[in-house]
Amino acid sequence: MNRRDLFKFQLYVAGDAPNSAQAIDNLAAFCQAHLPDQYEIEIVDVFREPKRALAEGIFMTPTLVVLTPPPVRRIVGTLSHAQTVLLALGLKDLTA
Amino acid sequence: MPESRNGLNAPCSLSEQRSTKAPTGIAGFDEITRGGLPGGRTTLLVGGPGSGKTILALQFLVHGAQSCNEPGIFVAFEETSTRIVSNAESFGWNLAMMQPKSLFFLDAQPKSDLVQSGDFDLGGMLAALEAQSQEMGARRIVFDALDVVLALLPDPATKRREIYRLHDWLLAHELTGIITAKAGGDDASSIIQQPFGFMQFMVDCAVILNHSVALGVSHRNLRVQKYRGSGFDENESPFLIGNAGLEVDIAHARLRLDAKVSNERVSSGVERLDTMLGGGYYRGASILITGFSGTAKTTLSGAFAEAACQRGERTLFVSFDSDCNEVIRNLASVGIRLDHYVEDGSLLITSARSIAGSGETYLVRIKTLAKEHGARCLVIDPVSTWYKSSNDLTAQSVADRLIDWSKGNGITLVCTSLLDEMSNRTESGSPLQISTLADTWIHLNYLMQAGERNRGLSIVKSRGTAHSNQVRELILSDAGVTLTDAYTAGGEVLMGTLRWEKERAERVAAEAAEATAKLKRVRLDAEEAELEVRLKSLQTELIAKQVEKALLVRVTQSHEGELSRGRTQMKEMRGADAATAHGEESTP
Repeated sequence: MNRRDLFKFQLYVAGDAPNSAQAIDNLAAFCQAHLPDQYEIEIVDVFREPKRALAEGIFMTPTLVVLTPPPVRRIVGTLSHAQTVLLALGLKDLTA
Repeated sequence: MPESRNGLNAPCSLSEQRSTKAPTGIAGFDEITRGGLPGGRTTLLVGGPGSGKTILALQFLVHGAQSCNEPGIFVAFEETSTRIVSNAESFGWNLAMMQPKSLFFLDAQPKSDLVQSGDFDLGGMLAALEAQSQEMGARRIVFDALDVVLALLPDPATKRREIYRLHDWLLAHELTGIITAKAGGDDASSIIQQPFGFMQFMVDCAVILNHSVALGVSHRNLRVQKYRGSGFDENESPFLIGNAGLEVDIAHARLRLDAKVSNERVSSGVERLDTMLGGGYYRGASILITGFSGTAKTTLSGAFAEAACQRGERTLFVSFDSDCNEVIRNLASVGIRLDHYVEDGSLLITSARSIAGSGETYLVRIKTLAKEHGARCLVIDPVSTWYKSSNDLTAQSVADRLIDWSKGNGITLVCTSLLDEMSNRTESGSPLQISTLADTWIHLNYLMQAGERNRGLSIVKSRGTAHSNQVRELILSDAGVTLTDAYTAGGEVLMGTLRWEKERAERVAAEAAEATAKLKRVRLDAEEAELEVRLKSLQTELIAKQVEKALLVRVTQSHEGELSRGRTQMKEMRGADAATAHGEESTP
C-alpha cells in the first residue's frame, strides 16, 4: 500500500457518550501520529442522523468506517489500541 | 381485566395494550400467561440451541402485526433476516406482505471481518431503532440472540451496562420487548452463571424453553419462570413446533369445563352392543377398548367408524399399526366396508407409525388433522403406542389431554389399548391408566375352553348408562360383527363349539317337548269327545225321565179329581150340609 494514499474516515458516534468522545480523540491522535496530512475525517452523530446509521448498518458506536483506500473496513470501539487499528489499515509493517 | 382478554386471537386495541398484556397468538401460551406478555415491558426468552426461541419471538410479532394492529421490529443478531423470512414461510406466515410497514427486520449481525479496538456501546443501534419505530409506530420489538453481540464486549461490567441501556430504552419507549438469549446446553438454569444472567432478575417476565430427549424421542416444553404483576401457570408445559408455529399444550383442562354434555346416543356399529349399552355410546364420550392383540379391537373400532360414516358424520381414523389400505382391506374381510367413505372424503384414515415422535407430537398432529377434517368421531388405534414412545408420565398426560380436548369439542372418541399378554397386567392395570377417565370401557378377552380360543366381550364400565353385565361372545364373519347370547353352565360362559353344542341340545329338547305336548293334546281331545257323547245320551235319558214324571203327575191328579168329584156327588145325593158332612166325615 502506497504511503501517500488518502485515508477517508467516517466515524459514527453516539452524541457525546464517553466512548464516542474517546474515539474522536483517539482517531485524531492516531492520524496525527501515523497519517499526517493523509486523512479526512467525517464525524456522523447517529442521534442526529439515525436513518443514515440504519442504512449503513451501524449498530455499535463508535464505529470507524474506512472508505479509502479500498476495501471498505469497519473498526468498532474507542480505537484505544493503536496496534489493532494499524493492523486493520494495513500499516503495521511501516511502523514496526 | 387480564382474565377477560384470554381469547387466543382476540384483537386488541392500542390503548388497552399499554396497561395490560400483549397477546402472542400462540395457542396455549396466552392461557398460561393469562393473556400474553406484559405490555410495554421486557420479556426474556431463554433456551438452548433449537429450542424455538426465534420462532416464538417471531410469532409474537406476526400476531401483533396481523391481529392487534401493533407493528413490530425484529432485530436479528444471529441469523440474517432473509433466512428468518424464508424459514417462516413454512409456517404460512406471509411476512412479505407485512414488510416493511408493520414488520421490520433489522440485520444487526456483527460482520465476520469486524475489527474491534476498545470499548463500544449499542447507542447507534438504539438511535437507528428509535427512528425506525417512530416512523412505523412500532409497539413490539424482538432482540434475537442478544448474547451474540454481548460476547463482543470485553468485560461483565460493560455487558451489564449495555443490557441496562437496552432495558431502559425499551421501558422509556413503552415497547413490548422480547430478548432472547441462549442457555448453555440444555440446562436452562445455567444462564444464571453467565455474565448476563442477571437479566432474569431485571426483566418483568422470563420464559424458559427446554428441548430434551427422553428415550430417543424429542420433547419440548416451556415454563414461565417469572411474571411480575400477574398470575401465571407455573408448571412446565409441553409444546410443539407445528405447521402454523408454536402450539403449547395446557395441562389443566379449561376446555372441559365448558364442554356440553349430550344425551344423544351414537351407535357403536354393532347392534347388540348398542343394546348392551342401553342404546349406544353417548355423543362426545370417550370409549376405551382394551384387549390383547388379535381380540378384534381394530374391528370393533372400525365398526364404529363405519356406523359414523353411515350417519354422515365426518370421521378420523388414526392407525398406529397399519397403513390406510391395510386397514380398509382387513376390515373389509369382516364385512366393514370403508373404501367408499374414504373415496367420498367423509372418512380420513391416517397411518402414524409408532417409531418416531413423542406423544405430544402425535397429540398435536391428531388435533390438527381432526380440526382440518372437521371430525365428529375420532378413532385412535391404539393409544398404547404412546406408552412405548414416551415415558409413562408424558403418555398419561397426553391421553388425559386428548380426552379433555375431544370432550371439549364434542367429538366422540374411541381409542383402543393393547394389553401385553406376557405381562401380568390385570384388567384394572390398563396401560396409560386412562380407564379412569374414559366414559365407557369395553374389555375384549380370549376365553380358552375345551381346546378353543374364543373372543369374549364385556363392558367394564359405562358412565351414565345401564349396561349389561354379561360376557358375550364376539363373532367375526363375512357378514360383520355380531354378539351372541352367552350360555352359562356351571358358572362359566360357553363359547364356540361348546355353545353350539349347547344350542343344539336345547333345540332337540325343545322339539321333544313339543311332540309330547302334541300327543297329550290329541289324547285330551279324544277324552273330551267321549265325554260329550256321554253327556248327550244322559241328557236324552234325563228328558225321558222328566216326561215320564210329568205323565205320572197328571195321572195322579186326574185320579184324585175323580175321587173328590165322586164324594161331592155322594154328599149332594145324601143332602147333608157341608159343615156336618165334615164332622161326620172326621168321625167315622
